[in-house]
Order: sequence, then C-alpha cells, then structure tokens
Amino acid sequence: MAETTPGTKPQMDLLRFATAGSVDDGKSTLIGRLLYDSKSIFADQLEAVERTSEAKGHGYVDLSLLTDGLRSEREQGITIDVAYRYFATPNRKFIIADTPGHVQYTRNMVTGASTADLGLVLVDARNGLTEQSRRHAVLLSLLRVPHLVLCINKMDLVDYDQATYERIHAEFTQFATKLNIPDLEVIPISALQGDNVVDRSEHMPWYSGPTLMHHLEHVHVASDRDLVDVRFPVQYVVRPKSDEHHDYRGYAGQVAGGVLKPGDEVVVLPSGMTSTIAGIDLFDREVAEAFPPMSVTVRLTDDVDVSRGDMIARVKNAPTPTQDIDAMVCWMTTTPLKPRQKLAIKHTTRTARALVKDIQYRLDVNSLHRDNEAGELGLNEIGRIQLRTTVPLLCDPYSKNRTTGSFILIDEATGVTVGAGMING
Amino acid sequence: MTHADYRLSQLDQLEAESIHIFREVAAEFEKPVLMFSGGKDSIVMLRLAEKAFYPAKIPFPVLQVDTGLDFPEVTTTRDNWVNRLGVKLIVASIDDAIADGVVIDDGKTSRNRLQIGTLLNAIEENGFTAAFGGGRRDEEKARAKERVYSHRDEFGQWDPKNQRPELWSLYNGRLHAGEHMRIFPISNWTELDIWDYIGREGIEIPSIYFSHQRRVFERDGMLMSETPLNPTRDGEVVTERTVRFRTCGDITLTGCVESTASTIEEIIDEVAAARVTERGATRGDDRFSEAAMEDRKKEGYF
Ligand SMILES: Nc1nc2c(ncn2[C@@H]2O[C@H](COP(=O)(O)OP(=O)(O)O)[C@@H](O)[C@H]2O)c(=O)[nH]1
Repeated sequence: MAETTPGTKPQMDLLRFATAGSVDDGKSTLIGRLLYDSKSIFADQLEAVERTSEAKGHGYVDLSLLTDGLRSEREQGITIDVAYRYFATPNRKFIIADTPGHVQYTRNMVTGASTADLGLVLVDARNGLTEQSRRHAVLLSLLRVPHLVLCINKMDLVDYDQATYERIHAEFTQFATKLNIPDLEVIPISALQGDNVVDRSEHMPWYSGPTLMHHLEHVHVASDRDLVDVRFPVQYVVRPKSDEHHDYRGYAGQVAGGVLKPGDEVVVLPSGMTSTIAGIDLFDREVAEAFPPMSVTVRLTDDVDVSRGDMIARVKNAPTPTQDIDAMVCWMTTTPLKPRQKLAIKHTTRTARALVKDIQYRLDVNSLHRDNEAGELGLNEIGRIQLRTTVPLLCDPYSKNRTTGSFILIDEATGVTVGAGMING
Repeated sequence: MTHADYRLSQLDQLEAESIHIFREVAAEFEKPVLMFSGGKDSIVMLRLAEKAFYPAKIPFPVLQVDTGLDFPEVTTTRDNWVNRLGVKLIVASIDDAIADGVVIDDGKTSRNRLQIGTLLNAIEENGFTAAFGGGRRDEEKARAKERVYSHRDEFGQWDPKNQRPELWSLYNGRLHAGEHMRIFPISNWTELDIWDYIGREGIEIPSIYFSHQRRVFERDGMLMSETPLNPTRDGEVVTERTVRFRTCGDITLTGCVESTASTIEEIIDEVAAARVTERGATRGDDRFSEAAMEDRKKEGYF
C-alpha cells in the first residue's frame, strides 16, 4: 500500500474533484476505498460500517456504506444530494464532491462540478459507455472542469480483459472530440478488489498508465487558473476609522484572475476611474503580489469612489460592462424558466435584476442535440438564454474565467437559487 | 517567476475561502453574529474573522451559550480573545432561559440539548440574521451535505431535503422575515487542518487541549472530570491521570483521553494517528444513535 498517512506538510496543496456515476457503477465503493486506503476512516466509523454490513448479511465489509448520507436517503438507498468528503495523502488534500448520477439530479452534478478541478466518471466495464456516462462527460465539459478521469470499474468481472478496456477507451475518446476536455486519463480499476485504485494491479500487466491515486496526487492544477487577466471583484470596503488607522481605506476581495502588484496602474469598473495600487495587505503584512484564489485587501493611491460590486482590472485589460448576457443555464427548480420572467442575478459580488429575453435552445445533454423550439427550461434542463440586466455586469466568458464568467439566478419571491449560468463569448 | 510558481498551500486556500465567506456575510447581512463555543473550531473562526476585516475590528458580536457547565479554562481563553479583539460578547445563559420559561428543564434533557432553545431564543431576541458556526463537513455524516449558507426557517429548523444549491463561490443570502442563515465558514476544513492552522498561527486555545494532570473517573467507556457538577455514581473510582481533551463541551458530557501531548506538534501527531473520530471518542451526546447529530441539526443545533 502507498504511504498515505495524513501528513502535515506546509506546502501541501489542494485538489477538488467531483465524482459521477450511474447507480451501481461502484461510486460509493470507490470513494469508500479511497478514504479507507488513505487511512481517512477512523475505527469507530469502520466499526459502524462493519456492524451494518453484518446486519445486512453481507459477507464482506461494504465500503460503500462509509459515504452513505442522510437517513431519508439511506432509507431510499440512493444518494440524492451533493456530499463533500475529505482525505489527504502526504502531498495533497482532496475534497470530493460526491454527486448523484441520475438525470433527475443534473442540478446536483452541476453544483458539484462548479468548484471541481477534476471530474471522475465511473463506468461499469460490463456495460461500457451508457447514455448516463456520456451525459456526465458533457456536464463536466460544460462546467469547464479542466481534468477528466474515466474509471472503467469492475474489471474483475470481465477477467481484467484488455480488449474491453481498449474498446471503451476508444469509444470515449471518439465521443470526447465533440467536447471540451483538455486533459483525459482512462484507468481500468476494480473498486471492490482495489486494483489500480491505490496499488498497481497485478491482474492488468498490459496497463502502463498511473493508478487512480497516483494520478489524483500528481495532476497539475495550479496553472488552470487565469494568471494573465487581472480581475478583482470588490467585496467589502475596510475602513477602521480608529485613531491608529485613521485614514486607512482598503478594498477587500478574493482575486479572480491575474496577478496584482503594488505600483500597477488599474481601472475601477464600472466607473472607469483609474488609479495605482498603493499596497496589498494580507492581514497585518503587505504582500508583493496577489493571485487567485488569495483573499486580500487592496489600497489605491487615489481617493477614488469604490464600493462593493465594483471590479478592479488593468487599464488595457478589463471586461466590458454589459447589460446583455448570453449564457448557458442549468435550471434547478420545478417551475419552468420562461421568456419575460424576472429574476435576481448574482454575479461575482454584484447583485442585480434580470429579465429573460429569449430561450434560444434547449440542449439535450445526452445527444447534444439543440432544440430551438423549446420555449422553456424545466428542472434539470440546460439551455442557452439571453438576459437583460438592470445594471451592467463586469463579466468574462466562462471559458476564460470560471469566477467572472458564472452567475446564479434567484427567485425573488421564494429566495431560492433556481439557476446556474455560464456566460458565452 | 513562471506561472507554475503561483501556488497556494492548501491551508492558505482554505483560509482564503473562509475569509471570502466572512466578507460576503458582513457585506450582505444586516445583523450577523459569531457563535462561539469556546472550542478550537470557534477560535479558528475568530482568527479568520480577525484577518478578514483587519485593520478594522470584527464588525459583528460574538454569542456564547453559557451552559453553566463550561470548563473555566475555556471561559478564560474566550475572555482573552474577546478583550484582545475588542469585540462585543453576548452571553445567553441556559439558567436564565430556564428561569424565563424559554426552555424547559424536565430533568431528563441534557444541558447540551437545552442549548438549542437557548441559542434560538438569543438569535431571535437580538434579531440576528446570520449566525456563524464552526461546523466542519468532515465531522459527521449528516454534515457532509450541509451548505456553507444553511438556511433556517422561522422555527430555526434545517430541512435537508430543501437546501439551496450552492455553486462556485456565489452564496445566496436571501431571507424572509423571521428566518436566519447559519453560516459555516470552515466547512471544508478537517480536524487536522484546524490543528495545523492553530500551530501555524500560534494562537491561544484553552489549556485543557494540552496534556495535564486531572482527577477523572470512567463512565460509559469515557474518562470524565471530577467536578461537583457531575457527582460520581456507585462504583465509579476517581484517579489522577495524564489527560487532554479533544473537544470542549459540557463538562458533564465531555470526556478526555489519556495523552502526553503537550505541544501543538504532539497533538498533530496524535490526531494524525488517531483511530477514533473526535466526536465518537469523547462526546456523550452523539453516542445515543447514529442519527443523533442529524436529529439535533434538524431542531436547530449548531
Ligand atoms: N465485482 C465488483 N463489484 C463491484 C465493484 N465496485 C462496486 N461493486 C459492487 O457493485 C454494487 C454497487 O456498488 P456501489 O458502490 O454501491 O455503487 P454506486 O451506486 O455507484 O454507489 C455493490 O454491490 C458493489 O459491491 C468492483 O470493482 N467489482
């Protein structure tokens, strides 16, 4: 077994990944195994699982029970919401967004994928690619999850057959050409037996790629963020008004793109006023630069008027303020989205109202077919829409920046989040 | 410098995420409050809040429920933090809540459960619209699906079936009158992250987390403190042992473990090697059933 005791290195980094699989493909077993083999499961949790396994009459410890969620879901025997799990190896901490696979839970998968650096799609080797697995890949690509791993599971049930692996691999690669998947890895595993999960399988000498754990530990994610285009949405204005810091005025926020440095000439949007960065504070010390996803406080040399919802960018590289938004939207509530509907929109730190001007098409996430006659979007459906907002938004295409390119839609009457949007461009 | 060098350690990433959450809440909610339990998680929250608004003071008060059964060491640490930060402290006492008829002490209900009513009452009385809590998703199954912004209805209840989707770092803080939001800014931290951070920041935590001599007795497989608040029963023998606490709760329900870990580094080694989760080991109130936490959460527990 790999050496995977949770360690505490100061330079340990972070990988967030989302898992998707159809019911019974072995997702819970796989996650259970990752937690188990990385020693992220404690004795009392394991005992509880052993007890339940025995009570259910299983002849083995059912690792899938480890990731089993709320009682109501337990009773139904399915996972119906995004659950977050944690494990660590000496070099990396992992946050898993465990999402249910069925089409009626598309919104949950979109939610889980929204923050993921990597998407893990599971298929059963006996069934090969299904409509569901294609849809999972489509959603991960739509959400611009930069790395994708296809795990072909239950290899033990197909005698660890290389031809089966090659066939599914080829079929998926062919399908993936229609999508936007910058990095793909296809790994044959047995979640139940542990083959190629943490330890290299003895049963598949023909496979020379990485084990799943090795890949998760080494996939390079830091460069996935946009480090070129400076985007700093202002969250909060820090004004101590104390004797000691009488004149302090800082703009707090989390860097969404680019690298900010003191001395940089910047523009504040939407006003268009220009100024220079006087200093960047991270708590009680000044830093030489700030980059995503740092939370810092920026001071400017001039006394310009800046408030929450504004954005600091570079003079020659700034988003164009716009009230007309063209976006892909995943609809997340039972009442359908229709043209003329009015909603609240939250984009970075800016909240406005939006009018649905048009539903251009509905995307069939299984066939990628575009239905131009759709007219509305129902729960869990995805489509391309046009919005007109009450105030300009400072946005980028989602393909360039997942922070400044995304928004949520809120029903003003119920207060519920009803849509997730990705800006085209 | 190449772009590959722009990397943040996982602890810095967690810190940045939590600070972002604190600032969102301060900007969007009328009356936030930080719920302080005295434990290490709420101290890390205070530290993150301090950083989020520095050099300004934390722009909201701190609320603690006084169970009447708190460890004195925890109260000392709380006061040190509150004084240093110059933040307002509101103490809601269970005894007062019982006296006022806000909660009912039937003699069977644990103080830990009476906290729920006391807390909800304090939130309502003060008109708080957002309450920061130190819950972590790695703590317990029921928490794995909790949102960062966890919506509570006008009865303070959580409806796990009806949670708002939470995407990217876009939090939805919409409320109706009488409702409030529980905010969990350290959702993505694990127990080990908390200790790493306390070590890195060099911040004060209650001394009971470190190894010390204490007179204890065994009950239900846990080591309990000798205290007049928790009389021993027949057959329970008090001995002096070298122990530390892994959580700070009600003194009558919170057990300690035998340990010689007297520095953060030693605690981290111990936690990393731990075979039993912190709640399972030392919290009497979670042991009644596997679904205990879920039940209490629905009622409005932290
Ligand atoms: N033979 C075999 N069975 C597996 C494997 N992975 C999962 N299973 C079994 O497939 C069934 C469904 O697995 P589970 O993890 O619950 O699937 P989920 O619905 O995707 O979470 C269970 O009976 C597992 O024991 C595998 O690699 N090989």
